[in-house]
Amino acid sequence: MNAKSASPSPTPASPPSPYSSAFARENAETHTLSVLVDNEPGVLGRVVGLFSGRGYNIDSLTVAEVAHESHQSRITIVTTGTPGAIEQISHQLERLVPVHKVTDLTLSVRAIERELAMVKVAGKGDARVEALRLADAFRARVIDATLESFVFELTGAPRKIDDFIELMRPIGLVEVSRTGVAAISRGPKPI
Amino acid sequence: MSKQMTGAEMIVEALKDQGVDTIFGYPGGAVLPIYDAIFNQNRVKHVLVRHEQGAAHAAEGYARSTGKVGAMLVTSGPGATNAVTGLTDALLDSIPVVCITGQVPTHLIGSDAFQECDTVGITRSCTKHNYLVKSIQDLPRILHEAFYVARSGRPGPVVIDVPKDVQFATGTYSVPKNAQHKTYRPQLKGDLGKIKAAVEMMAKAKRPILYTGGGVINSGAAAATLLRELVSLTNFPITSTLMGLGAYPASGKNWLGMLGMHGTYESNNAMHDCDLMIAVGARFDDRITGRLDAFSPGSKKIHIDIDPSSINKNVKVDLGIVGDVAHVLEDLVRLWRAEAHVAEPKALDKWWKQIDEWRARNSLAYKASPTTIMPQYAVQRLYELTKDRDTYITTEVGQHQMWAAQHYHFEKPNRWMTSGGLGTMGYGLPAAIGVQMAHPDALVVDIAGEASILMNIQEMSTAMQFRLPVKIFILNNEYMGMVRQWQELLHGGRYSHSYSESLPDFVKLAEAYGAKGIRCSDPARLDDAIREMIETPNAVIFDCVVDKMENCLPMIPSGKAHNEMILPDFGDDIGGVIDEKGKMLV
Ligand SMILES: Cc1ncc(C[n+]2csc(CCOP(=O)(O)OP(=O)(O)O)c2C)c(N)n1
Ligand SMILES: [Mg+2]
Repeated sequence: MNAKSASPSPTPASPPSPYSSAFARENAETHTLSVLVDNEPGVLGRVVGLFSGRGYNIDSLTVAEVAHESHQSRITIVTTGTPGAIEQISHQLERLVPVHKVTDLTLSVRAIERELAMVKVAGKGDARVEALRLADAFRARVIDATLESFVFELTGAPRKIDDFIELMRPIGLVEVSRTGVAAISRGPKPI
Repeated sequence: MSKQMTGAEMIVEALKDQGVDTIFGYPGGAVLPIYDAIFNQNRVKHVLVRHEQGAAHAAEGYARSTGKVGAMLVTSGPGATNAVTGLTDALLDSIPVVCITGQVPTHLIGSDAFQECDTVGITRSCTKHNYLVKSIQDLPRILHEAFYVARSGRPGPVVIDVPKDVQFATGTYSVPKNAQHKTYRPQLKGDLGKIKAAVEMMAKAKRPILYTGGGVINSGAAAATLLRELVSLTNFPITSTLMGLGAYPASGKNWLGMLGMHGTYESNNAMHDCDLMIAVGARFDDRITGRLDAFSPGSKKIHIDIDPSSINKNVKVDLGIVGDVAHVLEDLVRLWRAEAHVAEPKALDKWWKQIDEWRARNSLAYKASPTTIMPQYAVQRLYELTKDRDTYITTEVGQHQMWAAQHYHFEKPNRWMTSGGLGTMGYGLPAAIGVQMAHPDALVVDIAGEASILMNIQEMSTAMQFRLPVKIFILNNEYMGMVRQWQELLHGGRYSHSYSESLPDFVKLAEAYGAKGIRCSDPARLDDAIREMIETPNAVIFDCVVDKMENCLPMIPSGKAHNEMILPDFGDDIGGVIDEKGKMLV
């Protein structure tokens, strides 16, 4: 070993703020939360307002009624924060009166995440052929076509959709519309 | 029994069924039908305030001093927006309040109609929950559910926004058999295994401390009784936040005084050096913890709270117990009685010796003066002359509030009403009105500052109209003293806009309202003047002219730890104590 690598210069740790949360120095993680709520007016506003009011991040949000008789909706939120902040987010969501249940699907490893995307690609000649070939590899369907464009429909884990979009970019990506993540746990039991 | 009636009548009926005897409110176009329903009955007394913020604080004072839900009624638009400060205050201090707001008729919602505002949107983040009633069928359920939500779990304010057409519509009213929310069920009983673990940790502790808060008061009289029992069983020292004063008696021998930014030397040092902290219904707010990375570094921490989100929010604890304080303490006391005892009484004795040394520092001391009334002296005299009466104290916000907390001593819960979380100047007078409505024969004193009192002074008219003999005891230092103190600490004594310029003559002001005005600036006359105030059967504004430049000490400067307090004998120059980082904090 040479002298340089033997004495690694310590990265200067930024001094902790005196009132900084005890968790502030932990590493940020991305978690998917499933939130069962009464589908009543304003409930989405409460959830979103909680995130903005308390300074939490929303990476993705989906919502739809899932039980029509009992008027329950399921909100799936992907959020990034330290483990302490994620725990806080779950508890703060649980405090909202119309919220029945909050499940951190990332903590239960056996969760499945899916997202639907529609991807518009324009181009002629070889680009069109290449776009179709890649779409086939990703099992994307063509749902609209003109002589100079396609719209592809694709479902999958968010990473797969990111990859597809990156491949389409040099070919002639025009625009993307994504639904955001829906998630569910594996196995016979509900969350 | 179900009956046909209008929405307005349902509102009054539900108030009666919920045991509401007093509602604080202010009329306007969008609530006229409700006012008409109030006119036609005499079971619910309506107190006309002079500003909707006053209605909210009065409802808080009523709630805090009785343990019941406070009720208020305001009109749409400006009525609702004026109530927002009071609702936020109730949210931060966990005070149960139900606020009924009028709204423009359903078909006009969204059209920018006269006095329309998005009340549920505006109050979403300053209420525990809120409702917009779109149909008369929903009204009875929502009315009762609102009271349930306001008082259950961690209490808080609930808004019910009722459009005018719903007030006029006719429907069927009945008291729901199950006046709960369909899913909202806060956990009351604590996990027994965890409570057992807590008992074990407590038995082994060498340097324990109980750190209690407003949750003990909210949990009800049983919680305070159990807390006292626990302290006498264990002989542990006990301190409390601003909001928890009175849960344990100030005359109790284990009492260390209040903790936090203006807490005593003994309580803050005990918090810093303890090996076991038992937090009960308190939330580790920044006024309590000071510098977080130096907060009680060597202790294990137990946290009992009804709100799971309070646990591990600011400070990581070793054992969190979710449950209502009274329920958890009941199990804790029972288990302690059955099997536990302090394992090392010698260590506990040693801890008490250490605490007594800290106590001997006498951190609440101040320099007495023969010519000027010192503000601490004024509170001490007020305490001595009122302690044997049935007294309730409210405060405004500032130095006088902290001096009241330090020098007025509370023996019972529900006797101390102050704006803790939000720190709302203008809270004290309307809160005193709410307390006096609930306790007509009690002595109710608002310990005020000359700046704060002007924020809701219009409520003097309310006091006069309802013959409420509230006493406003102003510690008049001619400064927004707390602001001035921070300017001295942080900004080189440049007193930018903190001088109380152009004050009214408070004696004449009292007289203008038809109340009595008393002024005193001589320490030798103070007792007589206070006696005169107490004996006046009418409302009084007492202008207590005090030292102008006194600082409120002891103090943990912002950004410092519990064991870095400024004590009263620090000297005159407190500027320069806080470093650059501390200056960023509030
Ligand atoms: C509504 C509101 N505005 C501003 C503040 C900031 N503030 C805190 S204390 C204070 C001064 C209070 O002065 P005074 O009532 O005379 O009390 P003192 O500190 O002099 O005892 C101010 C302006 C506040 N707490 N509330
Ligand atoms: Mg003042």
